[in-house]
Amino acid sequence: MAAYDSVLDLIGNTPLVDVSALSPNPNVRIMAKLEGQNPGGSVKDRAAKAMVEEAEKEGRLGPGVTVLESSSGNTGIALAMICKMRGYPFKVVLPENVSVERRQALEVWGAEIIPSPGSEGSNGAMRRAQALAEEHPDWFFPYQYGNPANPKAHYEGTGPEIWRDCPEVTHFIAGLGTAGTLMGVGRFLKERNPDVQLWAIEPPAGEMVDGLKNIDEGFVPPVFVDGDGYELLDTRMIVWPRESIEWTRRLTEVGVFAGISSGAIMAAAVRCAARIDEGVIVTIVCDGGWKYLSTGAWTDDIDVVTERAKRVIYF
Amino acid sequence: MSVNVRLPTIMRSAAGGMSEVAAEGSTVGEVVDDLVRQFPGTSTHLRAPDGGVHRFVNVYVNDEDVRYTGKLDTPVKGGDTVTILPAVAGGAS
Repeated sequence: MAAYDSVLDLIGNTPLVDVSALSPNPNVRIMAKLEGQNPGGSVKDRAAKAMVEEAEKEGRLGPGVTVLESSSGNTGIALAMICKMRGYPFKVVLPENVSVERRQALEVWGAEIIPSPGSEGSNGAMRRAQALAEEHPDWFFPYQYGNPANPKAHYEGTGPEIWRDCPEVTHFIAGLGTAGTLMGVGRFLKERNPDVQLWAIEPPAGEMVDGLKNIDEGFVPPVFVDGDGYELLDTRMIVWPRESIEWTRRLTEVGVFAGISSGAIMAAAVRCAARIDEGVIVTIVCDGGWKYLSTGAWTDDIDVVTERAKRVIYF
Repeated sequence: MSVNVRLPTIMRSAAGGMSEVAAEGSTVGEVVDDLVRQFPGTSTHLRAPDGGVHRFVNVYVNDEDVRYTGKLDTPVKGGDTVTILPAVAGGAS
């Protein structure tokens, strides 16, 4: 093993592992990129590091500046870790209905948590962060949904790593949150091979949000629009909580202990494998399962866990 | 042909509080037309000024977004499930 100067140097270069034992089609390989191996524990380390370093380079972020972001967990955790190392005070607007471990992990890194109503979901947290950022123009607000450094981190990191490790990729399947992973990796892979198919997977988030008063309060991330997501993607799918949990469990059969969003992505990869004749699917395992143990996802009755998951933001 | 339409919380009050309704049509466009005919109040959430679907509304046939399968011309068959969801900020982990 090499020796490193900083934990931040450990971000990226995550392993790609064959999980084809779960493929329903013997002619389709499924490769999973284990982003939980990042030091902050999730794929979000990449965007967080890129957004901080870009802001430092541009002079928008320096000693004493407070950082504010909205997050349902992983971006907040990644930013909190980096801010602690760099000495920036960090505040995060966090929906109340995230797993308790996400909140605890934020506390590990000394983040100040500003709660937002669970009924408003990530949308509500984002709007509150935007309002706070307007009130405090001296703070740095990375705004992951609209920051070009987010997809860029994947265009320059995750995408090339996949191409290096698996140039035979025919399908790339990832979750759609900020759209950073899909826009960055997707653009990179399509430039190398225009035939690569991009599948975006999401939870039925809009069903959970009942704080939405009017459809005009809806939201499409600027990262998605600016990245030409309507053109770039080939398929976009929702995966429901029950199937997400089933596949989170199935992943343990190949030794992958992953968060629930990774189960949703795996469920979609299996649907994809059943639909195509042959190919190589690359999926993202966004984070490890540690932060979801309290949900009982692996151990409790599946019906009970499914009902619970409908009220918890797990993407 | 009759399909099941799943409605999001925000549209249920316009459909008598129901979360799932039946609608007729052989394409997504026809199903949306039938839904609006049965429950005119859903129109404000669904329709864009140009007659298409509002930009903050996503429509899925059997879990797949119709923007990538032929939009309103996407065919449906009896027993399919059409899911309507508002576009919101995703979990974004």
